[in-house]
Amino acid sequence: MSKTILEMRNITKTFPGVKALSDVNLDVREGEIHAICGENGAGKSTLMKVLSGVYPHGSYEGQIVYKGEEQHFRSIRDSEHKGIVIIHQELALVPLLSIAENIFLGNEQAKNGVIDWDETRDGARKLLSMVGLTEDPDTLVTNIGLGKQQLVEIAKALSKQVQLLILDEPTASLSEKDSQALLDLLLEFKKQGITSIIISHKLNEISRIADRVTVIRDGRTIETMDTNDITEDRIITSMVGRSLEDRYPGREPKIGDVVLEVKNWSVYHPQHRDRQVIKNIDISLRKGEVVGIAGLMGSGRTEFAMSLFGKSYGQKISGDVFKNGQRIDTSSVDKAIANGIAYATEDRKHYGLNLIDHIKHNITIANLTGIARWGVIDDLAELDVANDYRKKTNIRSSSVYQVVGNLSGGNQQKVVLSKWLYANPEVLILDEPTRGIDVGAKYEIYTIINQLAAQGKAILVISSEMPELLGITDRLYVMNEGRIVGEMPTSEASQEKIMRSIVRAEGKAS
Amino acid sequence: MTVHTAPTGAPADQAKSAELSFIGALRANMRDYGLLLALILIMLFFQYFTAGVLFKPVNLTNIILQNSYIIVMALGMLLVIVAGHIDLSVGSVSGFVGALAAMLMVGWKFPPELAFLANPIVAGAICLVVGAAIGAAQGYIIAYHRVPAFIVTLAGMLIFKGLSLAILAGKSVGPFPAEFQLLSAGFIPDVIGPTTLPWLAENGQNVVLHTTTMVIAILAVVGSVFFSIRTRARRRARGYDVEPFSLFVVKNLVIAVLVLFFAYMLASYRGLPNVLVVMGVLIAGFVFLTKRMTFGRRIYALGGNLKAAALSGVKTERTTFYIFAIMGALAALAGMIYAARLNSATPKAGQGLELDVIAAVFIGGASALGGVGQVAGAVIGAFIMGVMNNGMSIMGVNIDWQQMIKGVVLLAAVFFDLYNKNRSA
Ligand SMILES: Nc1ncnc2c1ncn2[C@@H]1O[C@H](COP(=O)(O)OP(=O)(O)OP(=O)(O)O)[C@@H](O)[C@H]1O
Ligand SMILES: [Mg+2]
Repeated sequence: MSKTILEMRNITKTFPGVKALSDVNLDVREGEIHAICGENGAGKSTLMKVLSGVYPHGSYEGQIVYKGEEQHFRSIRDSEHKGIVIIHQELALVPLLSIAENIFLGNEQAKNGVIDWDETRDGARKLLSMVGLTEDPDTLVTNIGLGKQQLVEIAKALSKQVQLLILDEPTASLSEKDSQALLDLLLEFKKQGITSIIISHKLNEISRIADRVTVIRDGRTIETMDTNDITEDRIITSMVGRSLEDRYPGREPKIGDVVLEVKNWSVYHPQHRDRQVIKNIDISLRKGEVVGIAGLMGSGRTEFAMSLFGKSYGQKISGDVFKNGQRIDTSSVDKAIANGIAYATEDRKHYGLNLIDHIKHNITIANLTGIARWGVIDDLAELDVANDYRKKTNIRSSSVYQVVGNLSGGNQQKVVLSKWLYANPEVLILDEPTRGIDVGAKYEIYTIINQLAAQGKAILVISSEMPELLGITDRLYVMNEGRIVGEMPTSEASQEKIMRSIVRAEGKAS
Repeated sequence: MTVHTAPTGAPADQAKSAELSFIGALRANMRDYGLLLALILIMLFFQYFTAGVLFKPVNLTNIILQNSYIIVMALGMLLVIVAGHIDLSVGSVSGFVGALAAMLMVGWKFPPELAFLANPIVAGAICLVVGAAIGAAQGYIIAYHRVPAFIVTLAGMLIFKGLSLAILAGKSVGPFPAEFQLLSAGFIPDVIGPTTLPWLAENGQNVVLHTTTMVIAILAVVGSVFFSIRTRARRRARGYDVEPFSLFVVKNLVIAVLVLFFAYMLASYRGLPNVLVVMGVLIAGFVFLTKRMTFGRRIYALGGNLKAAALSGVKTERTTFYIFAIMGALAALAGMIYAARLNSATPKAGQGLELDVIAAVFIGGASALGGVGQVAGAVIGAFIMGVMNNGMSIMGVNIDWQQMIKGVVLLAAVFFDLYNKNRSA
């Protein structure tokens, strides 16, 4: 058995009004992949922030022993000096800088303050190839997808001579394929002797790569499991305190008439006028139906949804939208909302939330008229609404006055959902609705989706997790490179079948 | 089947726990009280170092008159800054509108059929509309063409500085008709009649109170106490947290005492200045707008995260446009108050005022990044600047030192604010 590289002892961390960690213990062995699991808000990210010096020594109680010495990290820099690198749940790349610039940010390849660009590019290219990227290092980060951004973060970590790599939900926004690549990368690193700590809600990934798993619940360590004991069920039981028989709630679909029809929808890229991103899409949704759009990352699903929702993406948008047979105008977000369409974004930090404001204001913003008369807001009605949805979606916070930026990632996602539930749309488009959400909460969200469907609403789910789509939808569209390349009832669908329609479409295109 | 396990302290029920602790509630509101406390401390400081001149009724009245136009503009600037923008043109716009007012009422000789334009009320209305139009024009470029506000209003600053010089032809124009002067120099009439308080006589001089002023103040206090009791009762009835009763009483008591004290000071001079009535109405209106109206809520939303607000159906462009139009109208009002106070329009009027206004808003706790800021903070911030100006002038501090000290105070206020925020995060 290899020796212990890191030991965190009796870590306690309190925020005003919340005890995020109490007496947490964690020990990590050299060269292993150690997973941390727990429900949303359990304190996983907080523990890692304590470890990496984001919360400096003195702002928490307890000890950190790394490589046999007690450490008092006062900033991220301190921990990086010792080879501990954290990649946060919310990516921290500068969008308008190039990949190379981002990789060496704060660590520039420079002599006497003058940047050596050749060195920078070469170095970046080398690091990129280590994480399996072939992108030009001069590409701006904003122009590459989230999956690739994640890999750039890892390349950045590699540039810092990492010995202990911490990844907070690295695969949350990655496609199946990208996730696999990333996990393989971690296994590769393991061979090179790099220790990793990974936080993830995707238990299949954990059981695949983790050597040991520590489970945290309500800010306390529950247990650490050894390789032989790791099973998904065991982790779940430990996480939620009881076993979970089903991952997807059952439902009797009651499907009615067509509510929404989109015809011949085309969209061009916002910057490049001649690049068609969405190509003549036709889709329809029925009352009480849950429809999924499967596809690879970058297939245009988000772009399609956003262009539909008040032309929030792209230019030269053409096509028609019909609701209950009537043509409707969705040319601006407020018109789309007024016509009963809602879109819950996949990117909560940038498009979903006002992070500096509290839960209450975030929940009501899309439907202020629901709590106001003559433009005057009824305070108490608003408070009722916020508390109601906080309970319905089980948001863990000290109260509805907690600032959203301080919530755990999964709970932020629930705030986004609450906002759109309260807007009470007839057609709800959910873009990666369970990204970063724990198994228990996923089940709750699926239950909510089912309830909405039972009320006769139409729900369009975009998800990169195929099992999820197969588990909750009635019908599936498959999208590839801006086109619908397949449609099937979920009862006849399988991962292989979906992949086959994508591959077939790619064959045709080339 | 539900699978969640309630965390320790079950948050769902926590929201309905009976009463917050006194200290906890006090700490939660520290930011708001801290600023008020700072103002009171600064006033006491100058009271001491000006040998009691600061709190003389006539001086308190002066402080209000001297700062009224700053406060009026700070209200609009608060919206602008919360929305994540800035308006550098307000000083010049106020100067330009003051000049326009002077030309309408005094400078231009209208033919008889247009003579009504020189009527102070008509002229005043025209000025407000012109101000709003100027703000709207700048707002249009900022909101719909996405030119940064800094640049648009910097251009506006130069343009209107030039325009006021042009229409005044480089000269001062005045004096204004008496009715117009009332805006700044007038006091509300004492419809009830004066009250003499012989037992407070000083140096053989009776204290004569402006009774109407006192009555208005008492009504205001009673009204505000009534509303806070009602709000508290309503929250309670629905089972929500209320602040501890002790804090509630202390807060209301302190506010009542402060209001009555200032009213008494004003009443023992010439009563309530007209401009304070205007200010009071505007402040109350803006507090309501920012705290209770959907329009206000949307401003905070778009200042906090523009894209998220847009994707929640907030018409971000239109909201921004309105904000600048409101700012323009307030700059116009401020310009008229300023001109009425000087009783003439000068080509240099209003120049540099934008900096005082912006400083007031930042001292008041607004964030330069947008999304954060309160009307009450901006008003108190303006008074902090105003009291310092006044106090230092009375003490005979040189203007150069005054500038430096104000600069340091601005920096210290914002620094302290950020420090506090980081510590609590
Ligand atoms: N800056 C902060 N101020 C107040 N409370 C905070 C702050 N940061 C985190 N918390 C609280 O601490 C708890 C733990 O949060 P943390 O982000 O560690 O959860 P997590 O386990 O990473 O959850 P998720 O899986 O949703 O990412 C949550 O209840 C959260 O609301
Ligand atoms: Mg987390």
